[in-house]
Order: sequence, then structure tokens, then C-alpha cells
Amino acid sequence: MDNAFIISILIITIRAGTSLLYATLGEIFTERAGILNLGVEGIMIMGAATSFAAAYYTDDAWLGLATAVVIGSILGLVHAFLTVTLRADQVVSGLAMTIFGTGLASFMGQRLGPGRTTMIGLQSPSFERFPFPVLNKIPIFGPAFFEQDILVYFLYLLVPLLWFFLYKTRPGLKLRAVGENPRASDSMGINVARSRYLYTIFGAILISIAGAHLSLGYLQGWAENITGGRGWIAIALVIFATWNPVRAVLGALLFGGINALQFRMQAAGTTIPASFLNMMPYIFTIVVLVIITWWEAFLKRIGAPAALGLPYVREEKD
Amino acid sequence: MRISFEKRLEQSRLSAILVPVFSFVMALIFGAMILLAFGVNPLQAYTVMVRGSIGSSYALSETLVKAIPLMLTGLGVSISFRMLFWNIGAEGQLAMGGIAAAFVALFLEKYLPPFLVLPAMMIAAILAGALWGLIPATLKAVIGVNEILTTLMMNYIAILFVEYLYFGPWRDPDGFGFPGTAQFPETAWLPRFTGRIHFGIIFAIIAAALIWFILNHTKRGYEIRLIGQNPRAARYTGVNIGRNILVVMLLSGGLAGLAGMAEVSGIAHRLYSGLTSGYGYTAIIIAWLASLNPWGILVVAFMMGGLIVGGDQIQIAMQTPAAVAQVLQGAILFFMLGGSIFANYRVRIIKNLEKSKSGADGYG
Repeated sequence: MDNAFIISILIITIRAGTSLLYATLGEIFTERAGILNLGVEGIMIMGAATSFAAAYYTDDAWLGLATAVVIGSILGLVHAFLTVTLRADQVVSGLAMTIFGTGLASFMGQRLGPGRTTMIGLQSPSFERFPFPVLNKIPIFGPAFFEQDILVYFLYLLVPLLWFFLYKTRPGLKLRAVGENPRASDSMGINVARSRYLYTIFGAILISIAGAHLSLGYLQGWAENITGGRGWIAIALVIFATWNPVRAVLGALLFGGINALQFRMQAAGTTIPASFLNMMPYIFTIVVLVIITWWEAFLKRIGAPAALGLPYVREEKD
Repeated sequence: MRISFEKRLEQSRLSAILVPVFSFVMALIFGAMILLAFGVNPLQAYTVMVRGSIGSSYALSETLVKAIPLMLTGLGVSISFRMLFWNIGAEGQLAMGGIAAAFVALFLEKYLPPFLVLPAMMIAAILAGALWGLIPATLKAVIGVNEILTTLMMNYIAILFVEYLYFGPWRDPDGFGFPGTAQFPETAWLPRFTGRIHFGIIFAIIAAALIWFILNHTKRGYEIRLIGQNPRAARYTGVNIGRNILVVMLLSGGLAGLAGMAEVSGIAHRLYSGLTSGYGYTAIIIAWLASLNPWGILVVAFMMGGLIVGGDQIQIAMQTPAAVAQVLQGAILFFMLGGSIFANYRVRIIKNLEKSKSGADGYG
């Protein structure tokens, strides 16, 4: 294999993995606070639809991204209000978010084009790839990792920052405490409800940005069902990453790699039907989940925040 | 001033009825706001929806046609939700049922006596749906793999498999490129009553009775309910949770598979792209709105069927995307979820002059 081939595989791997990584990081922080958000798919597709429409009409990709941030925070707020204040079932609330989000995004996709038509086929300003000075000169690694778009570069900063925050700072310690033992956290003077709101909204913003990267960076356009299950794969990646932001990178690259492989095989004219190639990420997700669950049981290690999915009510006993 | 929630010892009966009605109304108002924001006249849209879904005997029959797969899948997921096993995979189980039924109709029909074709299709579809559901059930029961994710991934796999079949080896050679298989022979058509209402409605009613009976009058049903209410207590009393997961998912997947058979054999008479149009996801909403009550599911499925037919109508009449129906479904579920706190808690607004003791807000 020559270098150009390896580089091209790596470039697709990173580009396909970027939205997965944003969504996974977002969900890690939400789950660390003890809130399970199964609305990733819905929030992501809303981020993709709204950011694309905004970028198209304002002619500015950054305003598109800003719109995704606003939409993400609103949807995160809804999930937090339902699950924290109203103590609704987190699983059902997340499913409602996914059904609502995919419905509304599909509606917008068919309605927000010029003259109330479809957005399919429109072109908006997007986040283009540009070589990062100096670093892109590193052989192989440089062109693969440092000839990407700005949202990819932003991740190179975000991942270490989130890791540092989670494991090396006091607020990070408090966040982990809230997800492990909300009652003890409460008695230590941590406002459990507030931090659950905060990290649910923060997580949803990252998830919405993941959608924006699909429509403004990776795929550069709108398509019906553009997320295609990526939100659910991200939730699986959270388990794969054992709620650790750095390990999430590994997972995102792995699944990005599956995507790249799929493209390569299609381009090389394989005889395997496209439908079967398209099944690969979903089958792989199941396989990964089985291995991880089995491995964790083998190690007898509990990776998930202990209070994940449980409402915390101060007046009631556990 | 602060809001206090006091847990009710028993669910309030009044709010058990009021909350869904109120949620429905609120979702309609919320939906109207969204429609307005996108330049659609909500009154006109709702009028078209109501008229198109229940305004005539034809409209009513079409609503019932849509309700049949929703009833079967809704009943299917409800029994797994009873024991807090989150089967989100009805869509894929339905697809596999459709595939199995189509296989019998297309390739085995000529070897079977005519009166055995439909029963064979039913059995094949139930088995296919049940086996598709058994995979995530086994992974959960044996290793403990998260079933929400596995059932969901299996939806995508099943949908791609259906696509592969009707675009590839099973494609109708005389279909002028239409994505679908050849039409089934007439022995493989479910009999119809009136309009397009087919025999599947009987399946749904029998299924509701069966689930009601299992849950309320058998030991298995008692165990399922116990696991759902208190898994720890269930384990202490010696209930085998793993075995119950397998049994429940065989039933749950089987019903979804039967829904797939009813769709291909009762409506389209072929395997086609419209088979997987989201019934399995709407089923989740239906089961939840009906509080997992089997008879309630039949009623709510009819309402949701109306919503889908109404959505199609505004697409035809007003060129407004039919996805409105899905938006409304999601919104109803949101309001229902928010409202259920009033059924489970007594909500009081307390005006307190002194600061609360710990200094922090007393809810969370």
C-alpha cells in the first residue's frame, strides 16, 4: 500500500468520525451527571437541519454553527426539565426526543428550501478543509490529521480539555460524584439538580454540533435521515469509551474507519451488495457492545456512573 | 416560594384520564405554533387532517388500515415494556416478518395446498419476528448487553436487508424498475372486510385478549409484572429473569412479525419499500400513551393511525410535509411525560417566608 492510499483512508476515517466524537463526548458528560439522554439521534438531526438552513440563508457557516448551539441547548433544556424537575422516565423522554426531532427535522427539510420546497440539493457555505501550518508537513500523519476542517481542529483542543476537566479539576470531581452518588453529593453541598441541568444542556450542545458537522462539514448538504443512526452509535460508543473522553477518540476512529472501509470497497467495485456494506457499522456496533459487556463482566468492573438513569429526589429514600 | 412534590400512595384515577387528554390538546396547540412558524394555517391543516382521517367512511377505514400494524406492534412492545425490557426493535421485527411471509408467498406457495398458504405465512412471519427479537434478548439475558442499542441496530440491519431483497434478488422482473417484489398469488392475500380493512384487525383483537389474559391470569404474567415493578424482589422470590426476557421477546417479536405479514399480505400483496415506514417507533408512543393496557393500545393505535392518515392528507391537499404527524406524536409523548407527574405526585406551591433550611432549593 502506498502512502497516498493510507492518507486517503485516514482522511475519511477522521471526517466520518468527527460527528461521532462530538456526539459521544456530549453524551459522556450528560451520563456522567447521571442523566441518560437517548435523544442523541433526534438532537443531532435537528442540529444538522437547523444549522444547514441557517448557513444557507445567512450565507455564513459560523451562523449555522451558532444556530446548532442554540437549538442544542433548547432541546437539552427540555430533556433536563422533563427528567430532573418533572422526574419523567429518562428512557421514554429520550425516545420522545428522537421521534420528535427526526419528525421536525424531516418537516424542515421538506419545507425550508426556497419557495417552501425541499432543502435537498441546496448548497450552503460550509467548513472547508485547510492545511494547518507546519504540522501538516509531518509525513502521513500531517496530511491526514492536519488537512481537515476547523471543527476537527477544535476537537484536538476539546478532548484534552474535557479529559483534564473531568479528572483533574474540582468541578469535574463534583460532576463525577453527582453521577455516582447524588445523595452524598447533595449532603456535600453540591446542587445536584443544577449540575444535571448544566451537563444535560452542555451535552446536547455538543450533540447538536455533531449534526452541524454532518451537514456543514462532512456531507456538505441536507439529506432525509442524514444522521442514519449515528446518534445511536454514539450512545454505544459511550459504553465502549467507558465514559472516558480520551477513549472516545479511539471509538470514533474505529467507526470512522468502518465508514472509510465501506467507501473504499464501494469505490473498488466490490461484488458485495451496497446494502450489506451499509449494514457494517450497525453489525459492528452490536459486536463491540457484546465484547465490551462481556469484558466488563469478566473484569467485574462497573464502568457506568452508578446513579445513571435514576432520578434523584431529596425527600425520598433510595 | 417553591414547588413541592408529594408522592401519592396510589396513582390518581382522575389524572390517569385527564393527563392523556390534556397532553393531546397541548400537543395540538404546540403543533399549531410550529405550523404557524412555518407559514402553514394550523386550523386549515387540522381540518384537513380530521376530515381525511375520520370525516368519511372511507377515511375511517383507511385510519383503521393504518391502525392494524400499530396495534400489533404496540401490543408487542407493551409486554416487553412491562418488565422494563426496552424493545425498540419492533420496526426490524416487523420487517423480518414481512420478509418471511413474502418468502412463503413467492417461493413456497406452489407446493402448498391453497388453504395452508396463509397459515404458513403467519407462522413463518411470527417465527421470523420472534427469532429477530430473540437475538438481543439472548445477548441481554446471557451477557447483559444493553437491549435498547442492540434492538435499534437490528432495525437498521433488517431494513437494509428488505431493501437488498426488493432491489436485488427478489425484484419483480416485470416491475419496470419499481422497487418491490412481484405480486403474491391470490391465495396469499389476507381476506378483506370492507375498503382495505383486512383480517389483520382480528389478529390484533385476539392478540390484545391474549396479552391481557397472560398478564392478569397466568403465573408468567405475574412474574413479568413483578420484574417490571421490582426486579430485586423478583430475583429474591426466585423468578428467573433471563428466561422471562426470552419468553417475552419471543412474544413481542412474534407480534411485530405478524404485523409485517398482515401488511404485505393484507395491503400491498408484495414486499415493498413502504413496509418499514416507522410503525415500530410509533408503537412505542402508543404503548406508553395507553399505560401499557392492551385494550387501551387498540384505542390509541386507532388515534395514531388517524394522525398518520391525516398527515398524508395534508401532504396531498396542502403540500405540507406529512412529517407533521410525527412531530405531533413526539409532542404528545413529551406532554404526556411531563403531565404524568400530576398522576404520581401531589404538586403544591408553597409560599415560604423563611429560607429553606439547607439554603438550596429543595427539589431535584
